[in-house]
Parts: sequence; C-alpha cells; structure tokens
Amino acid sequence: MNKKLLSAPYLLWAAAFIIIPLLMVLYYGFTDKTGAFTLENIAAIATAEHGKALWLSLLLSLTSTLICLLLAYPLAMILAKSNKGKSFLVLLFVLPMWMNFLLRTLAWLTLLEKTGVINNILKLIGLPALNIINTPAAIILGMVYNFLPFMILPLYNALTKIDSNVINGARDLGADGFQTFLKIIFPLSIPGVISGITMVFVPALTTFVISTILGGNKILLIGNVIEMEFTTTGNWNLGSGLSIVLMIFIVLNMVLSAIFDKEGEGTAL
Amino acid sequence: MIKTTAQRIYVALIFIFLYAPIATLMVLSFNASKSRAKWGGFTFKWYASLFENEAILKALGNTLLIAFLSAIFATLIGTAACIAMQHMKRKGRALLIGIANIPMLNAEIVTGISLMLLFIFLGIKFGFMTILLAHITFNIPYVILSVMPRVKQLSPSTYEAALDLGASHLQAFFKVVFPDILPGIVSGFIMAFTMSLDDFIITYFTKGAGIDTLSTKIYTEVRKGIKPEMYALSTLIFVTVLILLLLVNYAPRKKQDTHSAKK
Amino acid sequence: MKKWISLVLCITLFTTLFAGCGSTDTPNGEVYVFNWGEYIDEETIKMFEKETGIDVIYEEFQTNEEMYPKVEAGATTYDIVCPSDYMIAKMVDNNMLAELNWDNLPNAKQHIGAQYYEKSEEFDPGNKYSVPYCWGTVGILYNTSMVKEPVTSWSILWDEDYKDNILMQSSVRDLFMVGLKLNGYSMNSTDKEELDAAKQSLIEQKPLVQAYVIDQVRDKMIGGEAALGVIYSGEAIYTQRENPDLEYVVPEEGSNVWIDSWCILKDAPNKENAEKFIDFMCRPEIALMNFEYITYSTPNDSARELIEDEDIRNSKIAFPDLSEYNDMETFSYLGDEADEYLNNLYKEVMSN
Repeated sequence: MNKKLLSAPYLLWAAAFIIIPLLMVLYYGFTDKTGAFTLENIAAIATAEHGKALWLSLLLSLTSTLICLLLAYPLAMILAKSNKGKSFLVLLFVLPMWMNFLLRTLAWLTLLEKTGVINNILKLIGLPALNIINTPAAIILGMVYNFLPFMILPLYNALTKIDSNVINGARDLGADGFQTFLKIIFPLSIPGVISGITMVFVPALTTFVISTILGGNKILLIGNVIEMEFTTTGNWNLGSGLSIVLMIFIVLNMVLSAIFDKEGEGTAL
Repeated sequence: MIKTTAQRIYVALIFIFLYAPIATLMVLSFNASKSRAKWGGFTFKWYASLFENEAILKALGNTLLIAFLSAIFATLIGTAACIAMQHMKRKGRALLIGIANIPMLNAEIVTGISLMLLFIFLGIKFGFMTILLAHITFNIPYVILSVMPRVKQLSPSTYEAALDLGASHLQAFFKVVFPDILPGIVSGFIMAFTMSLDDFIITYFTKGAGIDTLSTKIYTEVRKGIKPEMYALSTLIFVTVLILLLLVNYAPRKKQDTHSAKK
Repeated sequence: MKKWISLVLCITLFTTLFAGCGSTDTPNGEVYVFNWGEYIDEETIKMFEKETGIDVIYEEFQTNEEMYPKVEAGATTYDIVCPSDYMIAKMVDNNMLAELNWDNLPNAKQHIGAQYYEKSEEFDPGNKYSVPYCWGTVGILYNTSMVKEPVTSWSILWDEDYKDNILMQSSVRDLFMVGLKLNGYSMNSTDKEELDAAKQSLIEQKPLVQAYVIDQVRDKMIGGEAALGVIYSGEAIYTQRENPDLEYVVPEEGSNVWIDSWCILKDAPNKENAEKFIDFMCRPEIALMNFEYITYSTPNDSARELIEDEDIRNSKIAFPDLSEYNDMETFSYLGDEADEYLNNLYKEVMSN
C-alpha cells in the first residue's frame, strides 16, 4: 500500500474547494459583466469611497491587533508562570467562544448604548455618560473583544515552551527581570507573537459583522463594501476585484509571518 | 498560583471584559420584557417557550449536525493527509501544508464568496449540503494543525517493528500508530467542531432557503430584535459546556496520570 | 486524554439527539416562500400546511436589494417572493415573474380592495403579476418626551438639536427618498444633479445621525434610544402600543406610498402550490391574523371589516386617506444605469 495515496482525498478536496473557488474569484475580479478582461475592478480600490474604507479597515484592525497584543502578553506571562489548574484557566479564556459570536457582539450593544447598562451604572454613580456606540472606538472594542483569545493562546503556548533553565541561567548570570525579559523571554516568544498577530489582524481587517452591529452602519469597512457588492448591489465582479486587493494584504501578512516564524507551522492554538 | 495582587487584579479585569457580555445575555434570558432595552421583571418563560419554538430548535439541530458531520469528515481527510505527508519529500509537504493553511489564513469573507461562486457555477442547490461542504473545507486545516505535530513525533521504527512481528499494515496502524496520534486527532476534532459551531460568515454566503444555523438565524434576528428564547438557548449551551469542563477538570485524577505518563 | 474523549462522547450524544428532529412527510409537495423578515404570523403558515398538506419552506430577507441577487443567482429555486412596487417592475422588466392565473385566486379577486389593484397598475400594468399583501407610507416616528416642537417636515432630521438622536433607514431607495424630498425633488428622479444634491444633503446630515438601520428603528425607538426615526407606517401601531410617547407623522413635503405584493417566479417549480398559498393568505380571517400580528396595513377590505378595535379600523396611520396628503409617490424602477449611479452615491454617503 502506498501511503502517499492517503493524501488523495485531501488533494482532491483542496483542488475542488480551495483552489478552484479562488480561481473563480480571480476570474470574476479580472472580468466585467460581459466577461471581457478588465482591470477596472481592481483599480476601483483607488476611488475615494473604497480607498477610505480600506484605509479605515487597516487603521482599525492594526489598532485592535496592537491592543490585543498589549493586553494579552502580560496575561499570557502570568498564566504561563502559574502552575496550578493551568489548563483550566486557559480553557476559561476559550470558553466564551462557545456562546455565539453574534450574540456576544450584540450584548456589547446592550452594554454600550446611550441608555445601556454601562451608562446607567455611570449615571448612578454620578459620572458622565460614555458615548462610544456607533463610533470607530466601539468597533475597535468589538474587535479586541472577539479576537483576544486568538492572541492569548499562541502567546501562552510560546511562553510555556521556554525552558525555565534558560531563564534561571540568565538570572544567575546577573540579568535583572527586565533584562531577562528583553533578551530572553521576548525573543523566544516571537513565533507566538507573530501567529497571534496573524490570527487577530486578518479577521479584524475583513470583518463586516462587527462594524454593522456596533458601528450602526455609519462606518463602512472594506468587508462591508464587499459584502454589499455580493448581497445587495449584485456586482460580483467588483466584489471579487476588491477581494483580490484584500487578499494582497493577507498574503503580505503571511509572508511576513513566514519570515519571522521559520518553523513554518506556527504555534497557533 | 498567581503571585501578586496586581497580577490577580489584571487577570480578573480581563475576565470581566470577556465575560461581561455573556453575563448580560444570561440576565436578558430571564427578562420578562421582550425588548432588550427594558427590564420587565424576572421570568423563566423563555426557557419554557424555547422548547416549543420549532424554528430555533431546528436551527440548533442543523448547527450541531453540521458541526458534527463536518468535524468527522475533516478529521478523516485531515488525518489521512497528515500520515501521507509524513512519507513525502520536504517540498511536497511544504506545498500541501501551504494549501491547507489557505482557508485558515484567508479572510472568511473571501472563502465564503469563493465557495458561493463555485456552487453557483456548478449549479448545486444551496442548502444543507453546501454548508456542510464549506464547513469541511475550513475545518480540515485545524485538524491538520493538531494532528501534524503528533505524526511528526512518531518513530517509524515502531511501525516497522510491528510489521516485522507479523502484523498487517492495518493492524500495525491501529495498534501502534493510531494510539500515539489519537490525542491530536481528538483535539483536532474538537477544534473543528467548535469552529463550525461558531461560524457565521462562511455559512451566510453558502446557505440556501429554509435552512438556518443558529448563527444565521441570530443574524436575521439582530435586525428585527432578538427573540428572548435565543438568549435562553445560548445560556443553556454555555452552562452545559461550562459544567462539562468543570466535571472533566475535577474528575478523579488517578487514571489521568498513568495516561499522561505513557504519552 | 480521557477527559477529551468523554467530552467528545457527550457532544456526540447531544448532537445525535437533536439530529433526529428534521424532515416531515410532504404528501402534496412543497412551496418555497421568500418574504420580508417578521412579515407573517407563522401560525397562518402552519394552518396552510395542515389544511393542504403542502410543506412550506420559508425564508426571509431584509431589503428588496438583498432579495434580488439571491433570486437572480438561482441558487435556490423559490416559488413565491414578496417584493415592493419598484422591485416588481424591475423583475417584470428582467422577465423573472410568471403571469398569474386569476381563476386560481378567487379570494384575491374578491377581497382585495379595487383601489389597491388600481395603485398596482403603476408598476404592474394590467395586474398581471402581483397580488397586494401589505401597503403603507414612510414617515417620521418621534418621541414626544424628547421632541417638543411639532414635527411637520423632513428638515427636522437636519436639526442640530437632535444630534445623535436620529435614526435613518439604511436601504438605498428609502435613504435617498428622504434626501430628494427634502430638496423638493421627486423620489424617482434620475437627474444626476438632483441626485447629487440629495447626496450632499445626506452627507451633511451624517454627523447628526445616530445609526443607519432597517428594522432596529423599532426597538431603539421603543427603548428611547433616539428621538426621531424614519420608519414604515406599519411599525407605528406596534411601537405606539409598546411606548405611548411615540407619534407617527408623514411630512408635508410628501413621502413614499408603497405596496408589497405576492409574486410567483417564472421558473417556480411549484406554481400550483404557490397559487394556493397566495390565495390562502387572501382569506379575510387569515389576512386579519396577519394584520394583527405584523400591524402593517392590509389591502384586504374584508379583513379590515373584521377588525374589532374601532380605533384601529379607522386609524389614520394604518389606513390613511391618501388624498389628504400632497406629493405622495410610489417608487418606480429607474433602470440599471440609474440604479448603479444611485448605488455609488450611496457608498459615498456611507463612507463619508
């Protein structure tokens, strides 16, 4: 029995449901409604409204990725250091994912609304109201909230892999806590950082749900534009063209992570 | 355990951040008023009416069935691919893993529309089948991701030793290889199941008339106002999973230890 | 590892338990219905299924614009859709609808008021393709505890005092209707200058708008989240019932009178069942059930007679006398080119 044959089902599957569909996106993206070749759908990204949507998406997703990293890193370090009930503690950070993500995002609406829970509490203790619903800030919050676990897990995995002897060695050789972190812990955790960034940045860049629910449709992200082209305006060619532009950023992200993460398989989850 | 108070406070704050919306949903499931914005007193009525709400129960059934089937198929296909990859040259393996990662790293919206375009092109009627095919597709990479490291750790000599001792290929696989990679397979399955359960975007683009998963049902309800039964259902699911995790975690530890020692 | 296996087992058990509920026997075939969200009393569907043995596969959409590509793509073969006026014209234009056989629709002939068929002629000449299901106007719903002045004009939606307290509709035509009417133009304008002027007004208005939504207007107005919202008249009765502070008004510059009608698609596989379904929905007692559930004005005169609550039967909101208003229009189909132009303007407003 040739073991390589075992990959046949997968290869067929990948060809049929990954490669061919992507080729179809390319086909639609590079043709117009009559089927003739055109670059118009790609160039459409340069129009004011699409360009602005892409710029805003990049800005919001980069900001939320950064916030995720800053929030998750100390947390992952604390978790990695503690030893009792460790895996359970980590599970607690994944557990929210079992509650539907649309509902969780919607719950933020209930919390953040003008007459929402948070504002009622603030009013009760005499503080000024928090008006971030339907602003970019609310969307960033939604992104951070939804994708934080994707940052915590790879970081945690990378940090637990660090041999404690290496850290102790550094300490013995006279490095202080900060130096140890800067010279030993952080460099060794880079693969986790990279895969965390990838896992947060891509979904944040391409979301249309979070901006719809928490942005009140006032803020148009590139994901919203693409969704609109497919579901309401019905211009699939333009939608595909913009998707191709979006994929360029994703590939860029993948290449960057491949450069940093030489093992090639990441420490994701 | 966690050392300083500052660290404890930090962890607690993040916990509050992650669980505040969940607590909100749970509270809403007991809200007698239908409106999200008003508290109308405490009630259990949504839990009662949940079990009479055919549409929600059907969506739940679809969601679980699709998650289960897609996780099974993805586990079979993905595990087979991992074993095959072990016998491939480095380049072939890298290419395969590269392809495998596409649905995981690509934007969900692009995966969704690309599959939608394919199904329309092929003239497949949108429905249960198209959702299932799509879910298997994006689940496979998660299986490969968790099985691959286990397969890598296998030493080829044990398998060969089994063959030398007279075992057939199948016997050798199930007696020697399979037990070693089982943990990877199980966690791959669970991951696939979870991903399928929580997916909205890809389902949104590949679903047809008359079929809803919980996600797509919720999305249509978001705009009209969520039915309180939905809060009740998610509370039930969440509590069930939480209890399972607690049981599993605090279950008798003895057997656990011998097992992990073997690993 | 054992713990994982037991977890998997539990989940599996759970799954198979629910997988059991599913298909039922359908002796008399099925019918695929594509309707607006929350636009029917589901009890009436059950009654239809019970009486005829036809299985109803029911699916919802939120906007006309969202419905059209789904039907056009043909990924699902629907039998019945319920588009609005201008969308019916577009679908007729693109040869997507089947001519109705009125002999099979006795209830529709008998109970739907003649004036509604007359109105339908605007987008469906000769009443060949559509049976009116609901109708109404578009206006401003406002909270009297927050808005002290009388609301008479669309221009109040441009009043700085209500910054962050205004809800606008998010679908293209409904949004631009307000912009065009404010400027005194027809809401069916295809004149680029007029459309651009409307766009400019909407961009100026954007900082004042709390959110662009469709059906959430209802919940948000009930909850007191906003002071003013553009809404379909059908929601007014429901929202007033929940929050008595709310008032509905049709602005003096005129507004939209719309009709949503049942249509059968050209390649509907179950035409006969579709006719049965539509006619069933036109029975007075069924139409009444639907009216009471969704509170959108019914064109079914016999059903209106059956309404017990006199206030509602004679309600100016549910059954307005259109001759009392000026400049009421019905959307017409603008053609592909103007549609595309409008879509681009819409994106400009939204991304601004």
